[in-house]
Amino acid sequence: MADEIILKLLVVDDEAGMRMGVRRALRGFQTETDDTGTTVKLTVDEAESGEQAIELIQSAPPDIVLLDHRMGGITGIDVLNWMEQNSPDVIAIMITAYASLENAISATKKGAFDFLPKPFTPAELKVAVRQAVKHVLALREARELAEEKKRVRFQFISVLAHELKAPLGAIEGYLYLLQDGTALKNPETLPRVVERSLIRLQGMRKLIFDLLDLTRIESGEKKRELSRVDLAAIAMTSRETMLPDAVARGITITLDSPGELFMNGDRGEIEIVLNNLISNAVKYNRDNGAVTVKLSDSADEVTISVSDTGIGMTPEECEHLFGEFVRIKNDKTRNILGSGLGLNIVKRIASLYDGRVSVESTPDVGSTFSVVLGKGNEKDRVAADELTG
Amino acid sequence: MRMKEGPTMKEHLTILLVDDDQDFIEQMRYMLESAGHIVHSAPGREKAMEALDGMKPDLAVIDLMMDRNDDGFVLAYRMKKMYPEVPVIMVTAVTSETGIDFGSSADTGGWMRADALLQKPVRFEQLDATMRRLLNG
Repeated sequence: MADEIILKLLVVDDEAGMRMGVRRALRGFQTETDDTGTTVKLTVDEAESGEQAIELIQSAPPDIVLLDHRMGGITGIDVLNWMEQNSPDVIAIMITAYASLENAISATKKGAFDFLPKPFTPAELKVAVRQAVKHVLALREARELAEEKKRVRFQFISVLAHELKAPLGAIEGYLYLLQDGTALKNPETLPRVVERSLIRLQGMRKLIFDLLDLTRIESGEKKRELSRVDLAAIAMTSRETMLPDAVARGITITLDSPGELFMNGDRGEIEIVLNNLISNAVKYNRDNGAVTVKLSDSADEVTISVSDTGIGMTPEECEHLFGEFVRIKNDKTRNILGSGLGLNIVKRIASLYDGRVSVESTPDVGSTFSVVLGKGNEKDRVAADELTG
Repeated sequence: MRMKEGPTMKEHLTILLVDDDQDFIEQMRYMLESAGHIVHSAPGREKAMEALDGMKPDLAVIDLMMDRNDDGFVLAYRMKKMYPEVPVIMVTAVTSETGIDFGSSADTGGWMRADALLQKPVRFEQLDATMRRLLNG
């Protein structure tokens, strides 16, 4: 069922006939929003003076005010002045006695959304009201979006604070142990205390680095340096970077790739994608497991797919994997450190290339992560080469 | 270990330690075992409930936020139903994020099923004093 919104309109005029006319013209008024098809209806209230209008705007704020310019006592312009100060969210349509340019200008200067010259037809009134309704809805949407954004930000920062406090607390705890002499009582525990402290520090450093990557991508402040890059060469470097951690656990990393694979991209971004995927494939692998990095391309896209023989995930676990601070927590992952941001960063980068990310996984068998990236203008170059070559 | 003279607290307590942070478990284990206590640890709510099936601890130390934000609360609640007399010390690194006002005192009477709340990182002297208060009181 489509949603329905009811907006309140207040007609302010000292002539009862005018108020009646407006009410009659707007009886059964209904319009639909362009995007969601939400039905918008109106309720109409009346005020017979500027004083009464201000009272009503305070006690039961309308969305739209149809405001007569000339009234005894407080004039329409006075009400408009008051509204500008006290209820800037209410949309005003000024009804001017004659189509006087001067009135129109002074009204719009005071923040009136539109003006309607007297005499007007019911059709003209409806057009003006329909415009005002659109404006009210646009303002509402903008406000809701801003609030949603703030809420999401706050949530992100709360989780981030927790993720940073946890390793700090752990390291502090170990230092207190050393200070209290508890750990020294059994000298065998000393190397363990140092090792764990270092591991938590490394985890924290990784989180901070990931956070910086994320901030740069999100803010768009880091200038993207797009150039012709060889994905195969970047993958080779990335493999070598991850090799020490892999070798330490007997894991092999195999690169299955054409000799070179060009695309138009930012080298730093492509490195982040490959490093994150390969490092995950090592971290979540079993000892003596295997990682396969496969690169392939079509006319306008490249596909990076990284498979592991690790702990795998259930479909439910896969579902939220690319979100912020998502870490699968179970007995198998308990001792694996991660920021929970890596795959979210990969997804954000992929979207910069009109790309997509996906995962296929079987628990205790392994996972395959695939990232598809648009080649950018590299495909034009290939086409041009073919033409000239 | 600098154990203060505690007149009535048992020498060797059986303590259930529940936290998803393995480092916290290790640290607490060093402290408690060096003071002569016996430690059973569990990395989460479900494992803790399994452990409680087979034993009744003298005291439980439970992290507030584990896999789910309310795991500590739920576990403490269930444990108190099984063993109302066993004191629960809740530990947390987070206070403001939970949106819960723990108040100025560490005690959490009323709706929260815990006898004391400690901030992480937990110092041994503080833990020891809290344990003595709860077990001797």
